[in-house]
Amino acid sequence: MNGTSMAAPVLTLTERGLYCAAGDFFIDPWRPVDRALITHGHADHARSGHRRYLCTDACMPVMRHRLGEITGETVGYGETRQIGDATVSFHPAGHVPGSAQIRVEVAGEVWVVSGDYKTEADGLCETFQPVRCHTFISECTFGLPVFRWQPQAEVAAEINQWWATNKAEGRTSLLMAYSLGKAQRVLHLLDPEIGPILTHAAVENTNAVLRAQGLPLPDTIRITPELDRKAYPGALIVAPPSVLGSAWARRFGPLSTGFASGWMQMRGVRRRRAADRGFVISDHADWAGLLGAIKDTGAQSLFLTHGYTEIFTRYLREAGYDAHVLATEFGGEDTDDSTAAHAAQGEDAA
Amino acid sequence: MKRFAALFTAIDQTTRTTAKVAALADYFRTAPDDDKIWTIALFSGRRPKRAVTTTRLRDWAAEIAGVPLWLFEDSYSIVGDLAETIALVLPPAASVSDDSLSYWINLLRDLSQAEDEARKTAVLRAWDRLDTTERLVFNKLLTGGFRMGVSQKLMTRALAQATGKPEAELAHRLMGDWSPDSTGFAELIEADDPAADLSRPYPFCLAYGVDDLASLGPVTDWQAEWKWDGIRAQVIARGGKLFVWSRGEELITDRFPELARLAADLPDGTVLDGELVAWDGSAPMPFAVLQKRITRKTVPKKLLAEAPVILLAYDVLEHEGRDLRADPLATRRARLDSLLQTLPPDSPLRPSPLIAAPDWETLAHHRADAREMKAEGLMIKRLSSPYHVGRKRGDWWKWKLAPLTVDAVMIYAQSGHGRRANLFTDFTFAVWQGNDLVPFTKAYSGLTDAEFAEITRWVRRNTLQRYGPVRQVTPHHVFEIAFEGIQLSPRHKSGIALRFPRMLRWRQDKTVDQADSLDHLREMLAQYG
Repeated sequence: MNGTSMAAPVLTLTERGLYCAAGDFFIDPWRPVDRALITHGHADHARSGHRRYLCTDACMPVMRHRLGEITGETVGYGETRQIGDATVSFHPAGHVPGSAQIRVEVAGEVWVVSGDYKTEADGLCETFQPVRCHTFISECTFGLPVFRWQPQAEVAAEINQWWATNKAEGRTSLLMAYSLGKAQRVLHLLDPEIGPILTHAAVENTNAVLRAQGLPLPDTIRITPELDRKAYPGALIVAPPSVLGSAWARRFGPLSTGFASGWMQMRGVRRRRAADRGFVISDHADWAGLLGAIKDTGAQSLFLTHGYTEIFTRYLREAGYDAHVLATEFGGEDTDDSTAAHAAQGEDAA
Repeated sequence: MKRFAALFTAIDQTTRTTAKVAALADYFRTAPDDDKIWTIALFSGRRPKRAVTTTRLRDWAAEIAGVPLWLFEDSYSIVGDLAETIALVLPPAASVSDDSLSYWINLLRDLSQAEDEARKTAVLRAWDRLDTTERLVFNKLLTGGFRMGVSQKLMTRALAQATGKPEAELAHRLMGDWSPDSTGFAELIEADDPAADLSRPYPFCLAYGVDDLASLGPVTDWQAEWKWDGIRAQVIARGGKLFVWSRGEELITDRFPELARLAADLPDGTVLDGELVAWDGSAPMPFAVLQKRITRKTVPKKLLAEAPVILLAYDVLEHEGRDLRADPLATRRARLDSLLQTLPPDSPLRPSPLIAAPDWETLAHHRADAREMKAEGLMIKRLSSPYHVGRKRGDWWKWKLAPLTVDAVMIYAQSGHGRRANLFTDFTFAVWQGNDLVPFTKAYSGLTDAEFAEITRWVRRNTLQRYGPVRQVTPHHVFEIAFEGIQLSPRHKSGIALRFPRMLRWRQDKTVDQADSLDHLREMLAQYG
């Protein structure tokens, strides 16, 4: 990966992940390394087995919750750290609470790794801040012009309307959302006046970690094996997607199912999910969000990861950028399922 | 359009059949007649004449969205639906419209006569007055192909709820060659004696698959016949004319000129159900031979001689103008046999033979011969059964042969379209030839969504090479590929082509060296090709 710059590349792609030779560290590596800088707690970015971790203060509790006892340090947003010959700092990515873009400066050359990000303020996590740089490594999960998110308030109205209608028809609402990030985002959008909110153990465990950090979430009732599932008519349940069609879900009686994801923008994907409703809500940037974020960095050199990388890269090249595909092992939206959801089912059974 | 778009949304937002039918019935109770007749037309596969080419629509959509055409095309190939892609890329509409479904359809009809510039102005103006769902519907009207998870059967059921008329009568009224341009709602649905349409077919009786024959009771209650691999068709001789309908309700009379003589040979007022097959004089030829005929609207003499088509008749539905569908199958079959006895020996119409068997076990032996008979298996029909409307469980069963299978190695993967846009679902498979893996088929169905998700994660991590959207992957996974037929094909590298290939099982228990060889496929070709 050589940008247009004459300087040595600040980061290179290795078998274990993105590597900074000047500071001898990796960013979101996918194989065990000595020192890992982590953008956020989703499973495809924060993996277990590294010797030392560095992430934001707000990210660490979730990482410990998911990865167990790990050794590491934390920094505040905007705080700089010197690691070898590299100066690093973490900046809000607006993806999930505690998520960050990582800025790496070596000999005046500045690279930024976006991690996952969204540009719309969601009222819950630290709002995305553009960081000026020479080279920007950006995700592009939704890098197609068909992805245009509605304002969050409109989706919130849709979800609450759906819930109220289900309640009136005597159905329980089952809203499926990934347990870290999306679940808290939809919880924050719900109108608790409509009825009780129940949560799957995987969601509630993450809630507990985030509430302890002061995140404003509505009151929720944890679903335990002992819970009387018929005692909350008209309730809304927030659970990971793996529960769709499961015996766990059937025990709540007549259900209307909803799925919250950016992929729901595509009717075909919505139908594949076999949920009654799809709510288009994503913690990734849409087409305009990506283009705006890239422009605001001032970077001329771009590397694009997870998503429609080839297409998006071609578009950016035509727009005059020096853009390249970066083949990482990150998954994008909705890939954070296997670990979280399986763990969750284990918790429920216990 | 708002009312129709709301119906579209209501249907699209639920997977429950009862909710879909309720939404449709409600629509049929409240919408104006002009909108209702068009809704019926759209849900039964009829559509307004195409007013604008899709090429122009793509150009205009890309222009208004401010993206290069290639990017629009790439987006379309991922979304998998042109109408939806356009609806999504366009900027939000500037205003709203209260115009009805039939208003927009009439506008489109007028457009088909207009100049290109006027068409563009009208379409752009429409896009700017419709929200995303309304646009999707409008674009579907423009592009044709109005599939949205409602079968004609569900629509008919909703219509029955809304009008109080029996479902079977409505199903028959909706068949045949009517158009909302010339037929009104009252005339089609409500008139006591709708102008008898000579060409109108009956709804086809369809069967479910069966495996456990013991549950069907004594074999003497049943009729068995070959399940031919051809085109299911209804042949109608009325008023001195002949009409041939496919099961997809397409009028295909002109494609089979050899059947034309039946207009004179059959008594007036005859309707037969049967299978069109290419016939070598004593047996059906492979489906691939018939396939050459399907796409040709006019048939060259040479092809007519190479692939002559006959109808193997299963059933008679109308005789001397009388509807026989309520009669028991045994009675209908006797009538069919006596009717066909009067035909000259060179007639392109023969009875599909019955298979007599004293018990289910003997019948199972017959079924095992199906592939040699050029059939897909057996049809088992209750002798006392009426000719049902559509698919009903209990009286008609298809008892198909188990498919042929081969174990193959996945070597390329490509992401799917439409509902599978973010998954790798289209795979290329290879078998061994010495130490090489030779690709021989593609397949993209048969796995569960969870399996597709798992293989997608694997493909991301095991890509060796990218060729545009295609990824060459490490040869590692073995799949059992099922197929219905095998044919020699000079166009394929492997020299063979499969019919209906799909993934039967992901053989995680097998390693690549346990996959089958090309020689094994060639043996199958020699035996069944």
